[in-house]
Amino acid sequence: MPSVMLKKNPEGKLVFYVPKKDLEEVAESVEFDAADKWGGEVLLADGSKYYFEPIPMPDFPITLRAKRLDSGED
Amino acid sequence: MAALTREETEALIQEVLEIYPEQAKKDRAKHLAVNDQSLEKSNKCITSNRKSLPGVMTIRGCAYAGSKGVVWGPIKDMIHISHGPVGCGQYSRAGRRNYYVGTTGVNTFGTMNFTSDFTEKDIVFGGDKKLAKIITEIEGLFPLHKGISIQSECPIGLIGDDIEAVAKKGNKEIGKPVVPVRCEGFRGVSQSLGHHIANDAIRDWVLGNRDGDDSFPTTPYDVAVIGDYNIGGDAWASRTLLEEMGLRVVAQWSGDGTLAEIENTPKVKLNLIHCYRSMNYIARHMEEKYKIPWIEYNFFGPTKIAESLRRIASHFDDVIKEGAERVIKKYEAEYEAVIAKYKPRLEGKRVMLYIGGLRPRHVIGAYEDLGMEVVGTGYEFGHNDDYDRTIKEMGNATLLYDDVTGYEFEEFVKRVQPDLIGSGIKEKYIFQKMGVPFRQMHSWDYSGPYHGYDGFAIFARDMDMTINNPCWKQVKAPWKKDASSEAVKVAA
Repeated sequence: MPSVMLKKNPEGKLVFYVPKKDLEEVAESVEFDAADKWGGEVLLADGSKYYFEPIPMPDFPITLRAKRLDSGED
Repeated sequence: MAALTREETEALIQEVLEIYPEQAKKDRAKHLAVNDQSLEKSNKCITSNRKSLPGVMTIRGCAYAGSKGVVWGPIKDMIHISHGPVGCGQYSRAGRRNYYVGTTGVNTFGTMNFTSDFTEKDIVFGGDKKLAKIITEIEGLFPLHKGISIQSECPIGLIGDDIEAVAKKGNKEIGKPVVPVRCEGFRGVSQSLGHHIANDAIRDWVLGNRDGDDSFPTTPYDVAVIGDYNIGGDAWASRTLLEEMGLRVVAQWSGDGTLAEIENTPKVKLNLIHCYRSMNYIARHMEEKYKIPWIEYNFFGPTKIAESLRRIASHFDDVIKEGAERVIKKYEAEYEAVIAKYKPRLEGKRVMLYIGGLRPRHVIGAYEDLGMEVVGTGYEFGHNDDYDRTIKEMGNATLLYDDVTGYEFEEFVKRVQPDLIGSGIKEKYIFQKMGVPFRQMHSWDYSGPYHGYDGFAIFARDMDMTINNPCWKQVKAPWKKDASSEAVKVAA
């Protein structure tokens, strides 16, 4: 359950940063990306997947807890 | 010697690794790589920020060095207590040449050493009482200090002293910030964790001190210079350029910086990060908490300076954008003259670097402006994100080495035969004795500044006087010189 710092880059894409791992990656897709529901599965450019409990659209940048989904599963 | 091809570089790495036992070879192989510009991510080719294994010579420092020596130490109007035995504080005292203005011992304390001087008694019975007494004494002896930081050395963590409680009590007693920093040397694998711990301490104990206090007047052009430690005056050379383009520099972190500047930083419009490695943590925190955007910039060499000035200006209105162009124009004749003078003397020279956390990539541009080529680079304590940023800066098929061992570095130099090595004091004399020109790139070899346009002129002069110094021709004993070179000399 890593803490993930999320922010929007100048192109408006979501940037994913895990301090402990020095992982800085652009998110390719976010499962739910609406004003009232944001979260779900997030696919990163390097192919790894993380899961966020869906919440109302947060105000970026923000630190959230994510679950690592192994790329082998589902 | 001509540049090595990719195959030759790979063969060189294999050859150097040959001497290690199986296990060590496997481990070290992950830290050495041939640069491949087509890679987006460094973790495909190099491993970094891992523990150095016993038995190999590493050049790294400790967490205390990262916190006291790098991040906290330069904050000039605070007193930094090296809490523990006397050596750590004394050997890290003033060695980094973080210049500052002020009267040392009265209102600034940068080059002084404050320590609790632990002895056996303190280890056995704990040092909290002693620390409380020191805080009281400091307040009496140096009433103009603005705050105290307690920089833990190894024993503090080992004996379990509660420095946080002492700090809170001290804070009540003297009415100034007292910051406990848990930067015991054994934490982490290098000084890098010390930077992080120091950043977190600033976040928790200092940064929010003036939240809700709007008495500090702000302008739309407020910026903070973060991660410039004013080594040899670097921050001053950078600050001039920013002010000339119309920005107002509210804070310098932490070279020539003060506690008040740091407390006022949350009021700026943009954070400018020079040393990404040691201070990106606090910039990311401020982005989240205060919504202050941050950008990295690079003030080494005219190409990178112009690029950075324009990038900084792009975050502001046209006044600043014009200001940036004006500054670049103003110094154009000056830096063109520097290049015209030194480029013919330095063109084609090859450089190997092995430095800390930012310069292995930041200075490449400055060398290239002088027509020189960086053929190998590496970080003592860089992380993967540093290598991500390095890959694009370096040429194809050049060497990358992470946490290089003494043996590997020497072997690489013997084979690559660079014209100049830029590294630290521990490497300096080995390579000078091998007859290779050497510059200390941590402390600028007691020169500097190297940042900004003013710094570039000094940088070029220093590189020239090192590489083209006649002493390098005298390194070999006369009776060991071969006859052919003697004949050339006679003929000339």
